[in-house]
This record gives sequence, structure tokens and C-alpha cells, in this order.
Amino acid sequence: MKISNIFSRRNRILLRELVATDFKLRYQGSVLGYLWSLLKPLMLFAILYVVFIHFLKFGSNVEHFPVYLLLGIVMWTFFTEATLQGMQAIVSRGDLIRKINFPKYIIVISGTISALINLALNLLVVLIFVLFNGVDLHWSALLLPFTVLELYVFSLAIAFLLAAFYVKYRDISHIWEVFLQGAFYATPILYPVSMVAAQSVFAAKLLVVINPVAQTIQDARHSLITHQTQTVWNYVDKLWIQPIPIIIVFVTIIWAVWYFRKNQRYFAENV
Amino acid sequence: MSDKELAVTVRDLYKSFKLPHEQSGGVKQAAMGIFSRSKGYETQKVLSDVSFDIKKGEFFGIVGRNGSGKSTLLKLLAGIYAPDKGFVQVNGSLTPFIELGVGFNPELTGRENLYLNGALLGFDRGQMDEMYDEIVGFAELEKFMDQKLKNYSSGMQVRLAFSIAIRAKSDILLIDEVLAVGDAAFQQKCYETFFELKRQGVTIILVTHDMGAVLKFCDRALLISKGRITSTGTPFDISEEYLEQNYNADKDTVDNPIKSQVNENAPHLEGAKMHRDGDIKVAEAYEPGDTAVIEIDIKGGDESVGLGIQLFNSDGVYCFGTNTYVDGYKLKKGIKRVAFKVKLDLLPGNYTVNAATMDKGATSVISYHSKICKFRIKKTTEVEGVASLEHAWE
Repeated sequence: MKISNIFSRRNRILLRELVATDFKLRYQGSVLGYLWSLLKPLMLFAILYVVFIHFLKFGSNVEHFPVYLLLGIVMWTFFTEATLQGMQAIVSRGDLIRKINFPKYIIVISGTISALINLALNLLVVLIFVLFNGVDLHWSALLLPFTVLELYVFSLAIAFLLAAFYVKYRDISHIWEVFLQGAFYATPILYPVSMVAAQSVFAAKLLVVINPVAQTIQDARHSLITHQTQTVWNYVDKLWIQPIPIIIVFVTIIWAVWYFRKNQRYFAENV
Repeated sequence: MSDKELAVTVRDLYKSFKLPHEQSGGVKQAAMGIFSRSKGYETQKVLSDVSFDIKKGEFFGIVGRNGSGKSTLLKLLAGIYAPDKGFVQVNGSLTPFIELGVGFNPELTGRENLYLNGALLGFDRGQMDEMYDEIVGFAELEKFMDQKLKNYSSGMQVRLAFSIAIRAKSDILLIDEVLAVGDAAFQQKCYETFFELKRQGVTIILVTHDMGAVLKFCDRALLISKGRITSTGTPFDISEEYLEQNYNADKDTVDNPIKSQVNENAPHLEGAKMHRDGDIKVAEAYEPGDTAVIEIDIKGGDESVGLGIQLFNSDGVYCFGTNTYVDGYKLKKGIKRVAFKVKLDLLPGNYTVNAATMDKGATSVISYHSKICKFRIKKTTEVEGVASLEHAWE
């Protein structure tokens, strides 16, 4: 897996066709088709909105909390989609792998790319909400693509690891689904970090430092919605702690690529 | 020979698979494995010590029985499997046709599948648009391209797959038994395509157990058996050796066929043996044109009872059949042994003999005996087909 190969002509063609095929197949036979990938996070948002904002009065001290919540949900949805699809990518394309030799990572990337396209469209929806909610757009909004890039790289790393693991141990899909459920609550999506800080400041800081998904969600909220958002940069005082999430992402992707490369030789016979 | 003339170099190749004992693809088994120290799998050696070269522009055959390891060898050549030891070196681009229609999805239309398959071969949309009409024309599927693939017949799928596969501009083609599919007319087309590709200097590797194809196409062939190369040589030598190997392996399958499912009270056969005319020693190998005698022990023979004989080749083709009614021969009452004399104007290969007793002018069969004996026609000629006709050029 050389970086130069990822963008070779042949691999680009293949990636494009695989992504296009995934899309066609996923929404085939459904009336609303592609709209579902927009509707799903919105519906989840509606439910959480009613339960947590309307009844439980979460986030009343955060301005524009509904959009704040929606952005978090959209980014979390991307993370789950990318990792779940990436994990199953190799196994579900087992027929191909057993019969033709081509770069395996292309399949994992293609699984995450369709999630990335969904994220882009969902972010457009978020932007519409942002405008309707009367949020003052700041120059900092331009930082959003970098935050998304970081989240994508992290998701891709997890996808590589899971995909390689899933070839050998099918149990991992169940484990990962349960893990994601737990992680959803361990990530400040529904509740603002300040709510945790009311109980324990240390826990609140820990939350954004050890979890790159939390860090990117908070960063995105900070740059797009409100500068009140606690991010690792403005909330953690020690300078040497601030880059920890990015280091985690970096280490994870290197480990993932190494692990995937090591194992891909045997995908064809194990899958 | 310099390396530049070689398309494929294979050296000291070893490959084995781990076969899990039971469903061991889970964390539970992995966890238990830590404690019990049992391996949970068996190692099966599939290929051992395989080395050979294929020259550029050669049409090379890899021949072997089912389970001999030839498909594993093919997948190693294609880079799909990684060898345990040794290496495969390929000079130039290689396209495997291990199965036609790799990645075909039944839920997509023929057109969509074509573009996806094209992408696997490295063609982008623009190139596919250019070749589209030609491909579809070759496959003769113009009317069906917007239908979902699940509504295609298997023959149609194969035609579509083949038509796109041959567009791949590779230096080496790896073909696995694809010639066995499609109807006669399409097969003819495939053959012509292979010849055309060969003329263009493409190296072709054909993996098959069809000796006809090897004799027809290959310049050289390799015989593999139980994961080892038995020999490499001309298609003629290899096919001779292959037939012999098959013949010996078949031996066990003819087991006491006479007694099976026979009503002891009705007329039936009790035994049979085959030998050369004028030599009572039982023989199994003959040359084309030899005259052989099949001696049949019969019980309950009668004037009204008939006896039929059928010859089949190893592909199951019914080559010849006759019976006593057709030939106007009457079995005497109480007869114990009948001799059937036949001139074996057959082509080299393995044959089996079936026999039956019947009555009422061959309209009903009393007892049927498959494989009462078998024989082999030795490879002394290179003519092809089903029958060895007497012929001359003038």
C-alpha cells in the first residue's frame, strides 16, 4: 500500500465504480432512495430533540443548542457508518478477493467514501439549520474541512483495523455495534461538556482528550456554531496535553495501515 | 535462456492451507485456543516444490485432476494467494480469468455490471463508452443490456463476462476452464479470440482437465498431481501421461458391477472380460484399430432374450452401441458365454463398456450393468474427434 498507488489511474477508476455501485445497490427499490441518508440523521435528531431538549431541558445554557446537537449527531452518524461499512467491506466483497488480485484497501476506502458523501450532504443540511437558527457565522467556519478531514482519517483507521480483524473473527461486528452504542453516550453529543464539568472537571477534560471523535465534534461546533464550545484547545490548559487527540489519530492510522498490510496477503484464503 | 524471454518464473513454490476443525472463526475459539493449546486446525499441503518457467508468447497448459492443486497454483500465479515459500515472478501485466464475471452483481443491469467489471480491468467510463457497442455485439446481448443480471441465463452472463474480459490489454492471460461454458458457436468464437491473442504475442496460461483443449491450443504443458509437478512437455506427451494417470485412478470405480441390482431369477450377466482377438490374456490397453473380444458370462440365456453392448468414452459420450436383435444373432437356450468381437476404431482415451439383457426385440431391459469392463486406447495418433475413421489423402 504505497501512497502513490492510492491515486494511480487504475485505482481511481476502481474506487469510483465501487462507490457508485454501493450507492446504486443501497437505495435500490426504496421510493425515497437517496433521501434516506439525509432523513435518518434528521429523524434521530427529532427524537433526541424531543426527549433531551424538550423534556429533559438539556443544553439550556448553550446557545443554538438544537443545531449544536444536530451537528454532533451528523458527525457521529458518519463515524458509525464509515466504521461499520469499512469493517464489512472486505468480507462482503469476498467473491472479488478470491478471484482477482487488486489493492484491497480500495474496498475499505470505498466503504468509507460513501459515508463521507453522506456526511457532506448532511453538513449542507446542518448549514441550512445554522442559517435559520440565526447563528453568526464566523471566519472560524473555514476550519471545518480540516476537522472533517481529521475525523475521516480516524474513521478510516478504525475501518482498516476492523476490516482486517473481521476477516478472521466475525464476532467483532457484534462487539463493535455494542461498543458504538456505549461510545455514543461517552461522547458529548447529547449533553454539553459543561454538564459533565458540573460533576467533575477532570472527567469533562478527559472526555475531549482521549476521544478524537469527541475532540472533532467539539472543534466543529466551536468553529461553526458557538465559540462557547469547550474544545481541547480552549478547555485544557496544559499545552502538552492539547495535541493528544491528534497524536491518537496519527498513531491509530499508522498502526491500522501496518496491520492491514500485514494481513491482506491472506484475505483471499481466509475470507 | 535470458530472463527477458520469460513471462512467468516459478521457483520452489510451497503452499498449504489451514483447515479449521469446526467453526473456529470466532473469538470464543480463539480464546479457548489460548488455554487448551490445541491448534484447532489441520494443515493441508496443497503445493510442494513447484518450479517452472513460461516463455513469452507461449500457450501453456496446466493439467491435473480435480484436487491436484492446479487451481491453487493458478491463484498463486494471479497473486491472489501468497505462497508459504518460494516465489512467483511475472514479467508484464497479468489478467486472470479465474471465473468469468468476477464481481458481477445480480441486482445491477447488464450495462452497470459491464462498467464495474471494466473498472476491475482498468478501463474508465470513457474507454468503456468507446468499446461498449463492440463488447455488447460480441456477446450478442444488445437487447438485454438494461435488464438486471439476475434475469440473464448463465450462458448470457458468461458471454457478457467473456466479451469484456478479452478487452483487457495484458501481456499474460490466465484462463481457468472458461472454455467449458457457452454453446458451440460461442466456444468457436472464444477459440478464434485466443488464437488472435496468441498471434499478437500474448502469453496464455490455460488451466484445465480437458485434454482436447490442451492438444488443440497449447505449445507446452505441465502435469500436476497431488501438489507436485509430475512432468512438463509437449501437449501430446502430457495428455498421454494424464490419461494413464486417470486410468489408474479410475480402477477402483469399477467394482463388481455385475451383481448390482439384479434379479437373480431373470436373465442377467455374471461376469465379463476383455482381451485381444487371438490372445486369451485379459488386456486393458489397445491400439486404434485393434480387434478385441469381450467375453460375457450370462445366466438365463434364451432365444427370446437379447444382449446389448454400449461403449462410452471418459467424457461420457456414447460412442457406439448395438444388440443381438439389431445384428440378428440369437442366444441359444442355456447358453453360458457369449463373445462380442469388435474392431476398436476409436481414438486414444479411456472407455467403459455397459451391457444389458433385454427382451421383446429390445423394447424392454431386463437387467442393466454399467462398467462391466473398461479399456484404454493408446496414444499412437494425433487425429482428433470421437471416432477413428479410416481415411486417406489423394
